[in-house]
This record gives sequence, C-alpha cells and structure tokens, in this order.
Amino acid sequence: MSTHVVEYLHPIYGIMAEFETPGELVEAARRTREAGYRKFDAYSPYPLHELDEAMDLHDNRVSLATLVGGLLGCAGGFGLATWCAAVAFPLNIAGRPLISVPMFIPITFECTILLAGLTAAISMIMMNGLPSPYHPVFNVERFANASRNKFFLCIESEDTKFDREDTARFLETLQPEEISEVAR
Amino acid sequence: MIRTEQSFEIAPQLAGDLKKYQNVSAFVGLVFLALTVAGIFLPGGGMEQFLRSYLVGFWLWMGAGAGCLLILMTQYLTGGAWGVVIRRLAEAGSKTLYVFWPLFLPLLLGAPILYKWIGMQNEPVIRAKSLYLNVPFLWGRWVIYGALWLGLTWILNKWSLREDETKSMEYSRLLEKISGPGTVFFFFTMTFCAVDYLMVLEPRWFSTVYGFMIIMGECLTAMAVMVATLAVLVRFAPMDHAVTKRHLHDLGKLLLALTMLWAYMNFAQLLITWSGNLPEEIIWYIKRWNGGWGWVGVILLVGHFCLPFLLLLSQDLKRNPATIFWIAVYLVVVHAVDVFSLVEPNFQSPEHVHFFISWLDITAPIGFGGLWLALFFFFLPRRPLLPLGAPDLLKALNHGRSH
Repeated sequence: MSTHVVEYLHPIYGIMAEFETPGELVEAARRTREAGYRKFDAYSPYPLHELDEAMDLHDNRVSLATLVGGLLGCAGGFGLATWCAAVAFPLNIAGRPLISVPMFIPITFECTILLAGLTAAISMIMMNGLPSPYHPVFNVERFANASRNKFFLCIESEDTKFDREDTARFLETLQPEEISEVAR
Repeated sequence: MIRTEQSFEIAPQLAGDLKKYQNVSAFVGLVFLALTVAGIFLPGGGMEQFLRSYLVGFWLWMGAGAGCLLILMTQYLTGGAWGVVIRRLAEAGSKTLYVFWPLFLPLLLGAPILYKWIGMQNEPVIRAKSLYLNVPFLWGRWVIYGALWLGLTWILNKWSLREDETKSMEYSRLLEKISGPGTVFFFFTMTFCAVDYLMVLEPRWFSTVYGFMIIMGECLTAMAVMVATLAVLVRFAPMDHAVTKRHLHDLGKLLLALTMLWAYMNFAQLLITWSGNLPEEIIWYIKRWNGGWGWVGVILLVGHFCLPFLLLLSQDLKRNPATIFWIAVYLVVVHAVDVFSLVEPNFQSPEHVHFFISWLDITAPIGFGGLWLALFFFFLPRRPLLPLGAPDLLKALNHGRSH
C-alpha cells in the first residue's frame, strides 16, 4: 500500500480508497458513515443496493418527481381524451356518454406511464448533476477501473470532519488495496 | 453471509406457535363451517343459499391452494431468490388441494339446484352447448382436474423432498422439466374449472378473459397468504437469519404485480364489453352495476386496486414485515369481496337487481379460511422451511447481503 501525495500546499478534492470486492466497499461505506463522515461517495461498476443502506441515503426526490409526473400524465391523458371527445368535437358513439370513462382508461394509463418514465429519467439525470464534463475523481489514474472491476470510496475535503492526515489514516484502517489523494 | 453449516432447524417456539395457529384455525374453521351447514335449516339460509355461499367460500380458498400450485411451478421456471424462500410455503399451500378437491362434491351433488343451465335444456342457446354443458361431463372434468392438480402437487412435493435428501441436481432438473407443461395444463384446466363453477352461473354469458382473470385472483390470494406467513416466520429461526428485507421487498413487488394483473384482466373484460355493448355480454355488468351492486364495484376498484397499488408502491412498506403482513392480510379479505361479487349477483333477475348478501356469505369464507390455514400450518412444519437441496439455496439466501 502506498499513499500518493499530491503537491501538499494545494487544496485537494478528497482522499480515495480502492477495494477489491463489493462487500468490502459496502463495509467500508458503513464504517465511514459510522466514523462521522457525511460528504463521501462510493463508486462501483454496477449498482449495489446495499450501499443505500450502508451510506444511509434517504434522498427520494426522484421518486417524488416521478409520482408528480405520473399524476400529471394521468390527469393530462384523461383531460385530453375528455376535451377531444366531449368539448372540441362531441361525438355520439352508439349512445354512450360523451365522457366514456372505460374508453379513456388506456390513454390515461399510457400518458401516466409516459410522463412518469420521462420524469424519472430526466429528474434522475438532472439531480445527479449530469452532464458533468469534469469530475476530480478521474484525476486518479486507477479510477478508470471503477467502470471495470474495482470499487472506490472517496471522502471529500468539504466534509467538516476531513483532515488530510487523519482521514488518510482512517481509510487505512479499512484495509483498502490502495489510497490516493484526489487533486481538484 | 449464510453458509451451509448453519442450522435450518425450526425454532422450538416457532414449532409451538405453528401448532397453536393450526389449532385455532381448525377450531374457527369448523365452527364457521358448522354454522354454514346449519344455515340450510336456519332463517336467511336454505339449500340454494347454502350452495351459493359454499361456492363463495370454497372458491376463495380452493383458489389459494391452486394459486400456490401455480406459483410453485412458476418459481421453478423463473428461478430467483423469491421462489426459494417461499418454496416450502407454496408446497404446503398446494397440498391443501388434497382436501379441497373432494370438497367440490357438494357443488356437484347440488348442481341441479345451483346451476340453472341444468334445467334449461329446452333453450336453443343452452342446447347448442350441450356437448360441453352436460352433467356427466361435468363430473368427468372434475376427475380430470383432480388427476392433474393432485398429480402435479404430489410429484412436485415428492421430488422436492428427494432433492433435499439426495442434494442431487437430477431432481432439480426434473422439477424444472415438469413445471413447464404443468403450468400450461394448469392454465387450461383452471380456465375450464372457472367456466364450470362460476361462469355458467350466467348460462348465456361468456367472456374469453375469464380464466385468466380468475387465475390472477387465485395467485394474488396465494401470494398474499404466503407473504403474510413469511412476515410472521421471519421473527424466528431459521427464517430470521435466512430471509432479508430484500426478499420481502421482492415478494412485495410480486404482490404489486399481481394486484395490477388482477385489475388489468378485469378491466380488459369491462373495456371489451363496454365497446361491444351487446345484450348477451352486458348482462353480467347490469347485474353488477344496478340496485346497489355498483358500490361493491367501487369497493373493488378502490379497495382491490387503487389502495393496495398505492401502498405497495412504497419501498419501506414492502420491506417492513409488520406492514407487508397487514397489506397481505387485507388483500385476502378484499379478494373475498371479489369472489362474492363473482357469485352472488348472478342470482338476481335482470329487471329487478337488488344488492343482496346472506349471513352465510360471511360464515362460509371464514369457515373455509380456517380449514385452509389449519391444513397449511399442519403441512408447513412437516419438512424444513427452506429447500435444503436446492442448488441455488445459498445464492438465494445471500441475495441482498454482501457481507
């Protein structure tokens, strides 16, 4: 294990630890949280649902946005069908009521799905801060492996508990493969 | 991390509790079934009403057993952790068919009273269907259903136990092989069975989606019973360390899917009937809309779809054993309303439709429920609560944990 020291006087983005297995990463994330760090992130080549729990992530703004999008789609779809069939061009179809509810359900359903899906995707991308042409973590060369077979945890210098030496020492107790400082 | 050397013994307290559940269920079941039978001679009852209510209660719980059989075959076909953790529950549930299949007999014996088509042989529409709609063939079909369902139940349970004993992949493969054709035959036979005992209550009426609609309701009941039971089992060994929140989450998602499928099938039938607006097709809805029956429809729309749909969207409610337990129990109760509305409105005359419920319609579902649960809790502890010979057992148990 080695610690790559970026020029000491410059502020850094954070300190990053590299792990071999997803289990180690989840365990490391849990212990990092327990140690009192809040501004840190975990990076994995594939989704690890256990990380949400380990990092205590309770941000459900995407779910809420999806719900609102779905409700708008539901109301919009039904409204559109109603407006077309009962207001804009009232048409008597075999004596059924103008607002022929069962016939409107498929379009209402489809609009709900469409708007909920689009809202989920768009709000997820926006709230993730994407597109992001520059991110400091890529300053660490080995981070390229985060999209292949390695697992990373980065404690950011913005964390109130962050201290260049203490944090590095703490990360060492998690027994990572490697620890690197991340340049800004 | 779960390993093989861990014990999968049933905790002594749990064994005691299961025994207690079994006894309480059996007691409640027998009392309410006795009340239902007594209803033949009591005011508000009578022979025909007894058979109608018998059909409501019996169909709800026979369906739960049949649903368990279908889910048991499905999980062999799809694989996945959810199937491994509920396999033994599905096996115990499917074995209730051993008792529930003979319980078709009162319906068959009472068929001339319950099923109007038997007395309608002079009507051209009924006569044209006589190749299918005749009493000897009704009995014949009952034998065929029994041979197939009980045969599948017996062989699936037997091979699963063999798999436990031998830890041999040979039985795992056999189980998968039989589940494919088994599922296909199940869908056919259950569709015919739903036609035989429910759809013909309205002899001139027909619906092609009916079988699927009924089967989805059965799967929903079965899944709800299994999820509720699992939510209780997770408090004790071996399930406390074997089952994770992730398993409950997955099973909750399946409950959501089945709730939506039930609604989808029901709506498909309504939409087509509404579009066609043909006299012979709308009769079914006329009897379920007029004279107060519409409120039952509203209860089903809101209570059987909207409410559970919204509740089951929540991740936290699905992952918490206490909340998912109550949602599952609620689903069984509200499905009883669905079965009630499949049976009772058919006996109204189209000109004077009035909401009607007999006290037997309440006692019969409770009685059969008690009997079903007693059998279920009797069969459940007879073998380990997890399929110890399943080749993917450890993978399934470690689903949702990384350390």
